[in-house]
Amino acid sequence: MIWLTWRQFRAQSIAAGAFVVAFGVVLLVSGIKIAHAYSSAGVPGCHGAGACANAATTFIDQLRGSSTELIYYTGIVIVYLAPALMGMFWGAPLVARELETGTFRLAWNQSVSRTRWVVAKLGLIWLAAMATAGLLSLVTGSWASPIFRAGQLAGSDSVSLDRLAPQLFGAQGIAPIGYAAFAFALGVAAGVFIRHTIPAMAVTLVGFGLVQLAWPSWVRPHLAPQLRQYLPITGANVNELVVENNQFIVRRTIFKPGGWVVSNQTVNPAGRPFGGAPLQACVSGPQSACNAAVNTLHLRTLISYVPARGFWELQWIEAGIFVVLAAALTAFCAWWIRNRQLT
Amino acid sequence: MTAVLESSGLGKRYRQRWALRDCTLSVPSGHVVGLVGPNGAGKTTLLSLAVGLLQPTTGSVEIAGDRPASSSAQLAKVGFVAQDTPTYSGLSVADHLRLGRHMNPGWDAKLAERRISQLGLDPAQKAGKLSGGQRAQLALTLAIAKRPAVLILDEPIASLDPLARREFLQILMEVTAEQELSVVMSSHLVSDLERVCDYMIVLVASRVQVADEVDELLNTHRQVTGPRTDLSALPADWQVISASHTDRQSTMLVRTPVPVTDPAWTADPIGLEDLVLSYMSKAVRPSPDSSPALEAQR
Amino acid sequence: MMWLTWRQFRAQGIVAAALAVALGVVLLITGLNLAHLNSDSGGATCHGARACATAANAFINQLPGTGSVPVFFGTIAVIYLAPALMGIFWGAPLVARELETGTFRLAWNQSVSRARWLVVKLGVVGLAAMATAGLLSLFLGWWESPIFRAAALAGSDSAAVTRISPQLFGAQGIAPIGYAAFAFALGVTAGALIRRTIPAMAVTLAAFGLVQAAWPLWIRSHLITPLREYFAITPANVNELAIINNTQMIVRHDVEKPGAWVVSDQTVSPSGHLFSGPPTHACLSANASPNACNASIAALHLRALISYEPASRFWPLQWTETGIFVVLAMALAAFCAWRIGKRRLA
Repeated sequence: MIWLTWRQFRAQSIAAGAFVVAFGVVLLVSGIKIAHAYSSAGVPGCHGAGACANAATTFIDQLRGSSTELIYYTGIVIVYLAPALMGMFWGAPLVARELETGTFRLAWNQSVSRTRWVVAKLGLIWLAAMATAGLLSLVTGSWASPIFRAGQLAGSDSVSLDRLAPQLFGAQGIAPIGYAAFAFALGVAAGVFIRHTIPAMAVTLVGFGLVQLAWPSWVRPHLAPQLRQYLPITGANVNELVVENNQFIVRRTIFKPGGWVVSNQTVNPAGRPFGGAPLQACVSGPQSACNAAVNTLHLRTLISYVPARGFWELQWIEAGIFVVLAAALTAFCAWWIRNRQLT
Repeated sequence: MTAVLESSGLGKRYRQRWALRDCTLSVPSGHVVGLVGPNGAGKTTLLSLAVGLLQPTTGSVEIAGDRPASSSAQLAKVGFVAQDTPTYSGLSVADHLRLGRHMNPGWDAKLAERRISQLGLDPAQKAGKLSGGQRAQLALTLAIAKRPAVLILDEPIASLDPLARREFLQILMEVTAEQELSVVMSSHLVSDLERVCDYMIVLVASRVQVADEVDELLNTHRQVTGPRTDLSALPADWQVISASHTDRQSTMLVRTPVPVTDPAWTADPIGLEDLVLSYMSKAVRPSPDSSPALEAQR
Repeated sequence: MMWLTWRQFRAQGIVAAALAVALGVVLLITGLNLAHLNSDSGGATCHGARACATAANAFINQLPGTGSVPVFFGTIAVIYLAPALMGIFWGAPLVARELETGTFRLAWNQSVSRARWLVVKLGVVGLAAMATAGLLSLFLGWWESPIFRAAALAGSDSAAVTRISPQLFGAQGIAPIGYAAFAFALGVTAGALIRRTIPAMAVTLAAFGLVQAAWPLWIRSHLITPLREYFAITPANVNELAIINNTQMIVRHDVEKPGAWVVSDQTVSPSGHLFSGPPTHACLSANASPNACNASIAALHLRALISYEPASRFWPLQWTETGIFVVLAMALAAFCAWRIGKRRLA
């Protein structure tokens, strides 16, 4: 059974292997260049916050606009795409192709029960998918580690360096392993129910895409333990001041380097969301008067954020949830195949 | 004698249509069973039920003494070649043999390799590139080499040319004799089955019309010709399968356990093909004087 | 033949239409909201540069709160993805599926020649793909017009909103139409050559992805020769000053060209060569005073040499790029037709 699974999976695994190797080579070559720039900018041996920040900024600036930046973003895209592609090309055809071509009539009359057949095929390729995703994440992660370290040293505000930011989080650590497991299980389930390969691929893509889009906004904020913090708003540090239609919007944007600011609300001294009428001084008058007026309001910003050190906890939680979902889907598929007839 | 295929009230319904109904069989082992019927009669349904690819809507079926596909050991006892002999077009002949070896504990590798070389198949050739006849032979080899107790074949020779057909049946007969297999083979061509089968099941319009040993069938069916007689005036132990009347003559196919001694009637033996055809056409257009046992159930 | 093409394409056409309608509805709702905001902030009826700039800024400041940013980037992503998906799901199976399932033996023995069969299928589905891409681009164009107008009025460069920048260019105007035609033709060719649907899908994805990644980097800037311009680098406008290994000095002035696509930005010495050091004494010494360092840099008379495509080149580039991709698509289609007509396919 293991041999058969491997033999049927051979072509796809070679294609994936070739791609991972090619990408790995690209990262290796680029990684050497980065290491060079890293040490020549003086980051490894720097002393003191100021010198380190300078060295780190020098290093990052050198990378901007070069091929490194392109590889950085491409790497993120690849790690996000890989689970979806594995779900589509490995998961959906797994059972659907056998049903479509009728070869299941050959396979299910060998002396192996259907359950064992399904479990063997699913289990092995599941593991392969998770391993591939993990490998890609590992390779890109270690390639990018100097960049992240420099980002933290430089105290950068750039979102593209915040490990917890929604755009980046899913492309690092072990989260891709969970996504790969889930996408693969979703593909197999789609194939079992729809019984035709190409519609199953389309459904897998759309389904997984929707989950990935909705997850960071609606589910992830509830997964991580968040810290709350009040920060004063003064006329000087206000980032956004809008007067319009009797609405007065005052906001201060807070950055937590390496962390993730989930929500940001302006509250009045009583702690209620601020929604007052525009101050006269801000409607008409010089900026300084407006600033002074804002000061008198004693507003505060209430942020809810996940600190940088919460990164791994969140990774484990998220990967765990997706693996459990995948296992549930897989178990359901196995039960379905065993008990229902699919001719 | 133990029954290799036993069913009781077996039926299968797809949405509104009954593909198989009231199928009660007890097929003894050690025979080569032919399952005949026109297209759409339910042959594939019956065989799929017997093999465990389908679940019955009503009734039950047992093969080789146990429920189909109930366990790995049970699966090993049944060899199946499906219609259109599906094979993995991307896998080579040798790969298919490896598949058999890995997935069947009772796999006889020597037998498989001997068959393949006898057939002249190139082990490295991909199954998708084989001709229809070669694919059928490959599928048969896979089914035989796992050393089953019963072999189920669903229209295996339907798309083969006459020479390939003959070769297939020849090999089948050899193997059956060698391994003492029971075989259940379906076809819509009686002439092929006539050569090899010693038990016949006729399936028409989702129902079993007759199931018995060929010798028995041939001995008990007679084509009788005689003066025009009303059906109710016939002897009680005559079962009329089909009848045609002219003004003065009646020609009938009857089933009777005893020889026809009445001098008014001329009784001729009937060939198997004509016998089966009579059953098939009778069931398709049931005559009003058909025996109550074969009347359609409301 | 037309009926057959439609009948075989029906399911995919309906799915695509449903998705396009869904996206259209989202854009409609948010777009009307945007237009409303725009007119409320006075952007539509303002007079005079200053008043218009204020109105535009007010409008732009409200954008993050309306949830328009995710809609914008989401739609851009969809428009970039759509040609690839159409290539994979419409193009690759077109011929490959018939070859795989054997139905070509039925199709190619009707009284329609193979070439005609292919041309009609290619034409109908290809035009559908181009129309879908064009429609999505049109939706986005209508939706984003208040934002671009405000960005222009506000006079800020709002780099993320530059239509000609590589990140946005391929999802605007008529470029998606060219990509859709090309991706579709690529899929059909892959299917005809590989003869199996799923490998053809994978190959189409990989090939189209590579083309899309490589094009803005290496080809687009050569379609129309970029303009070159020199900017004097003074201590006041230096954006980046770094000394590396005590042997190299990097001095950069990030030139901002509102609305343009800066292809490259290099620092050159008065002789016109690339400047990379050596560091000046004044900047290198341990107790360097900023004034002395600045003065030494000023004395170098460095200039920033940029090559850029101005905003006015947006439409010429669009037409050129779309034209090239459509021609490539037609060449691929012709190749397919020749291949299918000539070769014997078992």
